[in-house]
Order: sequence, then C-alpha cells, then structure tokens
Amino acid sequence: MTLDAKIPGGPLTEKWDRHQFELKLVNPANKKKFDIIVVGTGLAGASAAATMAELGYNVKNFCIQDTPRRAHSIAAQGGINAAKNYANDGDSVWRLFYDTIKGGDFRSREANVYRLAQLSTQIIDHCVAQGIPFARDYGGLLDNRSFGGAQVSRTFYAKGQTGQQLLLGAYSALMRQVAKGKVEMFPRREMLDLVIVDGKARGILVRNLITGKLETYAAHAVVLATGGYGNAYFLSTNAMSCNVTAAYRAYKKGAYFANPCFTQIHPTCIPVHGTYQSKLTLMSESLRNDGRVWVSRQPGDKRPPNQIPESERDYYLERKYPSFGNLVPRDVASRNAKEQCDQGKGVGETGLAVYLDFADAIKRDGKDVIEARYGNLFQMYEKITGENPYETPMQIYPAVHYTMGGLWVDYNLMSTIDGLFVLGEANFSDHGANRLGASALMQGLADGYFIIPYTIGGYLAGTELPEVKTDHDAFAKSKTDVTAQAEKLLSINGHRTVDEIHRELGMILWDYCGMSRDMESLEKALKMIRELRARFWKEVNVPGSSEDLNQSLEKAGRVADFLEFGELMVLDALNREESCGCHFNLACQTEDHEALRDDENYCHVNAWEFKGKEQAPALHTEPLMFENVELSQRSYK
Amino acid sequence: MSASTINLTLKVWRQNRTDKKGRFETYPANNISTDMSFLEMLDVVNEELTQKNIEPIAFDHDCREGICGMCGAVVNGRPHGQEAETTLCQLHMRHFSDGDTIVIEPWRARAFKQVKDLVVDRSALDRIIQAGGYISVNAGGAPDANTTPIPKDAADAAFNAAACIGCGACVAACPNASAMLFIGAKVSHLALLPQGRPEAARRVRAMVRKMDELGFGNCSNETECEVECPKGISIREIARLNREFMKAELKSA
Repeated sequence: MTLDAKIPGGPLTEKWDRHQFELKLVNPANKKKFDIIVVGTGLAGASAAATMAELGYNVKNFCIQDTPRRAHSIAAQGGINAAKNYANDGDSVWRLFYDTIKGGDFRSREANVYRLAQLSTQIIDHCVAQGIPFARDYGGLLDNRSFGGAQVSRTFYAKGQTGQQLLLGAYSALMRQVAKGKVEMFPRREMLDLVIVDGKARGILVRNLITGKLETYAAHAVVLATGGYGNAYFLSTNAMSCNVTAAYRAYKKGAYFANPCFTQIHPTCIPVHGTYQSKLTLMSESLRNDGRVWVSRQPGDKRPPNQIPESERDYYLERKYPSFGNLVPRDVASRNAKEQCDQGKGVGETGLAVYLDFADAIKRDGKDVIEARYGNLFQMYEKITGENPYETPMQIYPAVHYTMGGLWVDYNLMSTIDGLFVLGEANFSDHGANRLGASALMQGLADGYFIIPYTIGGYLAGTELPEVKTDHDAFAKSKTDVTAQAEKLLSINGHRTVDEIHRELGMILWDYCGMSRDMESLEKALKMIRELRARFWKEVNVPGSSEDLNQSLEKAGRVADFLEFGELMVLDALNREESCGCHFNLACQTEDHEALRDDENYCHVNAWEFKGKEQAPALHTEPLMFENVELSQRSYK
Repeated sequence: MSASTINLTLKVWRQNRTDKKGRFETYPANNISTDMSFLEMLDVVNEELTQKNIEPIAFDHDCREGICGMCGAVVNGRPHGQEAETTLCQLHMRHFSDGDTIVIEPWRARAFKQVKDLVVDRSALDRIIQAGGYISVNAGGAPDANTTPIPKDAADAAFNAAACIGCGACVAACPNASAMLFIGAKVSHLALLPQGRPEAARRVRAMVRKMDELGFGNCSNETECEVECPKGISIREIARLNREFMKAELKSA
C-alpha cells in the first residue's frame, strides 16, 4: 500500500479552501442517518463530538474518566497560539506556519501545518464566543504573551490554566449537544478493540470500567482522539490514565503508526525526587519568559543558590543562544539541561536539576507583576516542593511530555483504515519532530472544531456504507479476543505488580530511548524490552475479577500494550539514522552539539505496519516535500 | 525537598459494590516518604496489598496535578484533607506526623452514588451543566475575538469562578450536600461575560431546577464549601447565583 496523503493541489495558501470546496457534502437532511463514534473527550475529541452533533450527525462519545471534563488536555497550562497579530509585532499566518515547520525540524507536512496556522485565528474567535475567560488588558482586549520558541507574542492564555478553560469550553459545547440528544455520552469506558467490517472501521469494543462488561457499538465512522503515549516511560507529565491502547489496537487492525520515536521532553518540570514517584509535574514553559536558567560554573558546587555570586553563575542558554536566550525551543532547552547535569553542574539533592530564577524579573517588574503572571504556578511549585520560588530559584529538569508520533493520517485526518479518523495528539501530523509550546491546544481544537466536521462529510458522502449492527461476526470475534486476554492476565498469579514492570519499562525507555539515543543503546533496549515482556506474561499478578471495577486489570492491559509498543518506538529510533528535533542520535550532531539532520535520506515520515504478533513490522515512508520553506539547519543563536 | 519517612495507620472505607455494605479496614502504611503525595502513599499501600493478593483500594485519580478534579476522598473528616486549597493529589505527606492514624472515606451525598471503595459517581454534576451551563454557540462564524471588549475586572472575576474543577468537594463538605457552590461558579462565570447574558435567566433557572431534581440540598450558609474548595472559589458566587436566580424568577413572574 502506498501512502497517499491526499494533499490538495494548488498554491499552499489556497489548498484548504479548495479542498473544502471539492469535498462532497452530506445533505443536511441525511446527516441524521449517520452514526459516528468519537473516542476521547479531550480538546480534539470533545470539540469534534460537539461540532459533528451541531451539524446533525448522531454521535456516541466515549471517555475513560468519570466525566468528559477530566481529559488530560485540562492540565495544559501555558496557552494557545493564534496568528492574530494583535500584538502588532509582525505575526502572520505565514510566520506561524514557518515557525511550526522550522520548529518541527522539517519533519511535518507543509499543507497540514499551513492549514493549522490558518485555522488558529478562528479558534480564538470561537472560544471567546463560548465565554472562555482569556486574559485581557485594561482596555478590555485580549492579552498575549510570547512562548517557547517564538519571538512574537501570539499566545492567548487564561492564567496558567488555559487547557482547563479551553477544555471546559469544548465540554460545555458537548454537554449542550448531550442535552439536545445529539450526543450520547459513555463515561468510564475503555476502548479495547476497533471493529472492521469489509475493510472499513465500523465500530468499537469497550470495557465498561464499573461493571467490567464488554460492550460493542457500531457506527458509520470511528474517530479516535485518545491522546498520546508518553506514559510508556512510566514517569511523564501525562495523566495516569493516558495510554496507547486504543491507538495500538487500531495499529494491530491495520492503521499505520507514524514516527513513534518522536517523544518530546519538556524542559521545565519539577525534578524527580524518589523511587516511589508516580508522575512528574510540568511547570508551564511560559515561566521561561521571565525566569533565567542557570547553573554554577563550577561542577559539584553544592552551595545554596543565594551564596553563588553572579560571576560564578552560568546562564548557559543566554550564553549559547543569544538571540533566543531562555526561549529556545523545547528540545534545545532540554538537551542543554541534560548536558549541564552530565558535566556535574546539576543542582539540588540528586544533581538532576537546573535553576530557573525569577530574582531579576522580580527586581525589574515587582513581585506583584510576577505574581499576576505566574502566581498559581508558583503556588503549585511550593505545594509540591515545600520551597518558595519568590525567594529561592525553582529547580527544573526535563521530563517526557508530549508525543509527536501517532497513527498516520492523510490530509483528511483519515488513517490507513477507511473510516478511521485520528485527531489531536493521537495522530502524527503537524508537529514534526518537535512541538512548539502552545501548539498542542491549537492542533486539538483545529482538528475537532474545524477539520474533521468537513472531512468526515466527504468520506460519508462518497462511500458506500451498508448497514452494520453489533450482532455482526466481527464484533463477536473482538469480544472473544479481548476476553481471552483479560482471562490470561488474571490467571498468571505471579509475584510482581503491574506498576513494578511498568516502572522497569520506563527506565529502559528513558535511559536508552530518551533525550539522546545511539545505535548501541537502542539495540540493548530492544533486547531488554523483549525480555521484560516475556517476564510480564509469566510474573505479573493481577488480583480481582474481570466482572468488577478492577483498576489492576485496567493497568495490566495498558502495560501489556506499552511493552509491545515500546519496542516499536525503539525500532523507529534505530531506523532514523539522523538527529531531528526531539530525536537526538548521538552519532549525528553538528560541531556545536546540535541535531544534524540528513535530508537526503530521512526527509520523510516513517509509518509502520503491523505484521503479526512477534513479527517485525513493515516500514513504509511518506516523502515530505518542501516547496514553500527552504530546508535549512535550525539555528537559534 | 528534604525527605524523611513516617509510619502511619490507615482506616480505609472498603465497599465492593453500590448495593453491598461497606466497612472500614485497617492497613499499615510504613516508610512513607514525606515528599510523597497522598495518592502516592496510597499507591505504595496498594502495591503491598497486591503482593499479599488482596485487592488494592479503588480510588479515582488522573492528572495528579490538582487540575482534573478526578481525585477526592474525605481524609480525617475533611474533603481532600486538612490543607487549604488542595486536591488530594497535591496533599503531601509532609503535613502528617509519624504515628498518625488517618481515616479515609469516599464523598458521601445522596446525589453521588457509591461505586466502589473510594470511588463515587459524580455524573450528576454533568447533568447540571447539561441543563444550561454553556453559551449556545456553534463552531464557525464567530466574530473577531476583539470586537467585544470585556473589562479586565469582569474577565478576571469570570476566570476566578471558571476555575472550578468539578471535584465535588463542596458537595461532600456541605451538611446539606448542596451543589450551590458548583452551580454558583458556573452561573457567575457566564453571567459576568457579555456573551453569556442573553441566556442568563433561562440558564440559572434550569440549573437550579436540575439541582433540586437530582437530590442536592440547599445552601444554608454553612460556608463549609468555601473552606474545602481546592480552587478557593468564594461563596460570593452563591450570592451571585441567588441574585441571578431572583432576577430570573421576577422577570418570568
């Protein structure tokens, strides 16, 4: 199968308009004849479900939490980008497009990214109409700030809780449609299989997490908006229930998985401080607007920060990247923090941290101004660490945050399975090898509010879809397979907990497929993951039964998938013999230790096809064409 | 960030299913680092229970950053524990002492059905939002965002109300199991903004009716909700709710 991205012809700036015109329309009266399943209720899922219901489709919306308002998009802090140029500092759709392409290290599609930049302005308009309380200036107009990797102020924000406010906006649009009867909501359900009939996605199988019962649902199309797989690393900034299962099981049914090795490490997280730790907390990157990153010049300097004189401090980002300073993109900031710590200059008890210091900003703007900007973040930091960042510099360290890889989709956001659409972090598109700050919210909402409602119509109007009900054999087959796996997990009765094994997998991925990789360590990881997977199926202990709320069983199923998927991540990293964005192969770097791309051989998307259990997956590639932006070495000096 | 370890005794509510009788069980929680969050402490206890082949304690949690609103239990009689403006995931063990006994119970309210152990069903809060906690606008066609200036004070006040995470601590804290703080927060958020005005009267009446119908109690000014709200939402929002409700009722009379 050749990968056809179905990018419309014509000039870049006109592609989306042209495509919207060319897409077939579903007659308004016929929309009610179509059932659509949406899995996930984050920014992408909730906005998609609400918008498709507004158009007249019947939507069934599933989420893993007790209510759709909990999706992990809620935790995003810093903001959402939009090319409004309200700040009059030279922003434009073209600049947002350009920054995103360059920030992604030229590993994303021009057409998708341009469309994203175009739609960004509409997102803000819609969200304001919904009543999102964005920050405003004293004239009553919207306020903006600059954000990691951008030299213009294009980020709209609601204190440090932008994700929450945007998600509640999408959630309330969703609730409105539930009240109207156009969306049927299914909380506490976990998708465990995708059901395919005659080569098309026609339904899903879920576990009702309260009763343990397996339930099946049929539809004319399935939309996955199930987020990212950062929890493969065990410790990450992702919510505890983020997992790869829905996407991975779709992969096993024929959806190609693209660029699985692209994991973004976020530079500003609260450092790890104990073996029991369950997750990492991100501090918004907006802090880098005013905070200065530094370490002591002297390795092994254990003095408290206030005893280290100015002349003995190294503000290494400002020194190395004078034009971007503390605002360099995430991959650059993360790698540099690691480099400092590797040289023994790390601070804090573990030596795996650097300072983020607000002393100068407080001196310059006053404590009140800093408090207005970041008050809740400072509070959160103090709550977790017991230290007051107004007085002592924060300690930060990089942590796994966002996954740019995901199921491969074409320009319509359709995967390699007909009728299976993938949105938001669950797909691979738009961010390339590195995601700029404040772009995740933008992509989730663009996909959900403004892309899928159009493209799904084109699919439904142009495809023959005979009636399929849940009594079809394909549903029964799914049920048998999923039941067998649950029974197997419950019957092992080994001596190790799911979390123990998950933690072990996380360490392997972090050490050998984390901020930097090399061929030798990746080969080693491959072997270790295979061994760990074999041990999991012999040694795990899952108490309880399958006919009940059983959180151990839920976790076991997810970790079983991570143990297979982790191998795919490593395989993908092994295959890409270059460095780009967040994929930093130690063998491929410039003299200045920056990522060294190989455009001749790797200017493409890797898309992996499942070939069977314990079989090597097949690799397909989609070449990336750059007609509007010249491929250049990324430099932030 | 200097950690020490403490030993605790937990008295935890265990209840297999909605229709089964619940009971307290006692478990030791030893060598708990004071840097752990309360949920990480429960993780450790659950790991030990699993090793002994005892089913771990079921509890709801997700983001562990204090923002998703999914976690929640009554700790020593206080929803989310004794610290002010804190969710359970952000309650750290440094606030407990060596040798403490901690009593852990689920939210208890007629409108929140018991599910298992510390897990309850809070979908009644969704049904209140469905009754009108939104601005009726479809995607596409909104005017430019800056065409309606909103005074900074109003936007900030709306934000403060909108910060509600829907955890249900206010309901759990209230002797009447009232959801007035929750509804007040949403009504205030939307009533303070020009976009929300056209539907304000209909919204507040529908939400209050739904609350009554679902079995939540009324506010009798106990102010426990404000004390326990992890996001510091003020009972002024209840005052605004009452005002909005009166206005709406008078208009329709």
